[in-house]
Amino acid sequence: MPRTTVAEFSVESLEILAPDGSVDEDLEPSLSEETLFDIYRTMRRARRLDERAVALQRRGELGTYAPGTGQEAAQVGSAAALAEDDWVVPAFREQAALLTRGASMGSILAYAMGLEEGAETSAEDRALPPAIPVGSQALHAVGIGWAQAIRDEDAAAIAYFGDGATSTGDVYEALNSAGAYGAHTVFLCQNNQYAISTPRENQTRAGTLAQKAVAAGIDGIQVDGNDALAVYEATQRALDQAREGNPVLVEALTYRRSMHTTSDDPRKYREEEEEVDWDRKDPIARFEAYLRGRGILTDERVEELAAEIEAELEDAVADARETAAEADPADMFEYAYAETPPWLERQAAASRGGGDADGE
Amino acid sequence: MASDLRLVEAVKATLGEEMARDESVVLYGEDVGVAGGVFRATDGLLDEFPNRVYDSPLGESGIVGAGVGLAAAGMRPVAEIQFQSFLYQGFAQLQQHASRLRSRSRGGFSCPITIRTPYGGGIHALEHHSESFESGFAHVPGLKVVIPSSPAEGKGLLAASIRDPDPVVFMEPTRLYRSLRESVPDDDHVIPLGEATVAEEGADVTVVAWGSMLQRTLSAVDDVDADVEVVNPRTIYPLDTDTITESVKKTGRCVVVHEAPETAGFGAEIVSRITETAFYHLEAPPERVTGYDVPVPMFAREDAYLPDEKRIAAGIRRAVET
Repeated sequence: MPRTTVAEFSVESLEILAPDGSVDEDLEPSLSEETLFDIYRTMRRARRLDERAVALQRRGELGTYAPGTGQEAAQVGSAAALAEDDWVVPAFREQAALLTRGASMGSILAYAMGLEEGAETSAEDRALPPAIPVGSQALHAVGIGWAQAIRDEDAAAIAYFGDGATSTGDVYEALNSAGAYGAHTVFLCQNNQYAISTPRENQTRAGTLAQKAVAAGIDGIQVDGNDALAVYEATQRALDQAREGNPVLVEALTYRRSMHTTSDDPRKYREEEEEVDWDRKDPIARFEAYLRGRGILTDERVEELAAEIEAELEDAVADARETAAEADPADMFEYAYAETPPWLERQAAASRGGGDADGE
Repeated sequence: MASDLRLVEAVKATLGEEMARDESVVLYGEDVGVAGGVFRATDGLLDEFPNRVYDSPLGESGIVGAGVGLAAAGMRPVAEIQFQSFLYQGFAQLQQHASRLRSRSRGGFSCPITIRTPYGGGIHALEHHSESFESGFAHVPGLKVVIPSSPAEGKGLLAASIRDPDPVVFMEPTRLYRSLRESVPDDDHVIPLGEATVAEEGADVTVVAWGSMLQRTLSAVDDVDADVEVVNPRTIYPLDTDTITESVKKTGRCVVVHEAPETAGFGAEIVSRITETAFYHLEAPPERVTGYDVPVPMFAREDAYLPDEKRIAAGIRRAVET
């Protein structure tokens, strides 16, 4: 019997906006000025939130915080493409995506203050709470997208994860089962080049992460993750496909410009030249140049926006502090089960100092 | 009206009834569709409910994890994990997500998933097909753990588990799937979770046993010269401590029987609770009759591993004669 080639693959890459802000007009999506400005605004909000959160962490007000600085286009560009009924399934660095979907800065800060109040989402919000175990959340987006398929509804779910997550079994199971179930799911992999200290090239021998879709039999595409237009366009198409039961993996090439979390020091494992190189490809600077070129942004509008964001941040910090001040420790018993079991009720009573642990 | 059913038939009947009752119930797992499950617990349900029974790709983490998403999106997923030992592959999803979705979202979400899984030894199966990890699941706050010991309990407890707003690990004793037949009510039959039952009344000693160990205990009792009270918890977590406590206060003696290893088995929790709630009524040290602290041996040695009537009777005698 002869040897024959039974499968071959290729991976497309999409770029629309060059680092200098110049645009490929053939590929430029037709977005309203309002949508474009919203994307810009949310990226700026996310960046300032990161700065403020890190400062608050340094003075002891927040716990560990994972900044998304540098990844704003990957997150906002993709989340902006979602329809109202679509679901967001975040990892733990998705502040920008969550802001796009209407989450408040106050709740993001509250989460970083160690309060479940900051993760208090529901089906109405169309967002799950952040997921810390890397890659695990991709499966939840499969379940949500599968539910839409079962009920023959139009909504889709988008799962966010990073380059490190693509090495986990859960992400492979997610890609594979999404295909098998025909789930309405888009996987948005932000390849930010590092899983804490481990560089992308040590994570896998695969030439792209997008090609991880190939083994699962679903579509995969790579996109310039620092180009909000390209991310928007790729996600929009992926969502259209997903709504038809064809899940898609989008690999957004980006860079984690800041630390992994506030407990991390990137100087231990990467060179400054590399950081400088990526600074030049910054997603916000590029998008701002594009908007200025189109006359959507002016100095005045940028200043106004900066002032709005500062005011929003002040309110958010005040809100989060208030949430922290009002947090009742006994709430931990309230939400463990729909109905608190008797033995747990006994512990709750003991914790209040009102009862003791003796059933006699 | 009632029908004579085996446990596996009671499970299947209940799944069908719950799907008919609530259209958000979906069934999925490895081989549950066309093949009807390796124990045939879902046989025929795909034909009856064509868009609500799914053969899953292999991968238990994927099965549990997708269930979390289904539940978040308003479905009531009932997943089968083919053998309990393979639920370890899905344990991270159970522990990190299913069990705590409610608490970490402060009740914004709940996770009403039921994981059905055959467990336990005694059917001469392959390695990794005979374990009893109920104490491990019970150690995960946010989960409920339910074990039926008869066909009628299979129906009543499974219906309650599927309707429960929180995630339930529903462990089906493989040894009882086809070995026991009993009258099972045809109509709506729900046994509330968290309620134990006294399987046999007695005055001298309390024996707590569940799953296939309950049947062995009931037959071991015949060889003991004592009036034995047998308590069947039915729900491992949340445990009905009151029923056990009342019984031990009456008898003053207690034996716990389970097939899982002794150390940190659920017997340890039961004995600990008894010492807290009924210490001054105890007339003898509590006894445990359990599997040994070794990996479950392959089936040629499983009879030597599993508590049998002889060991159970000896444990009861120790408690009574002290």
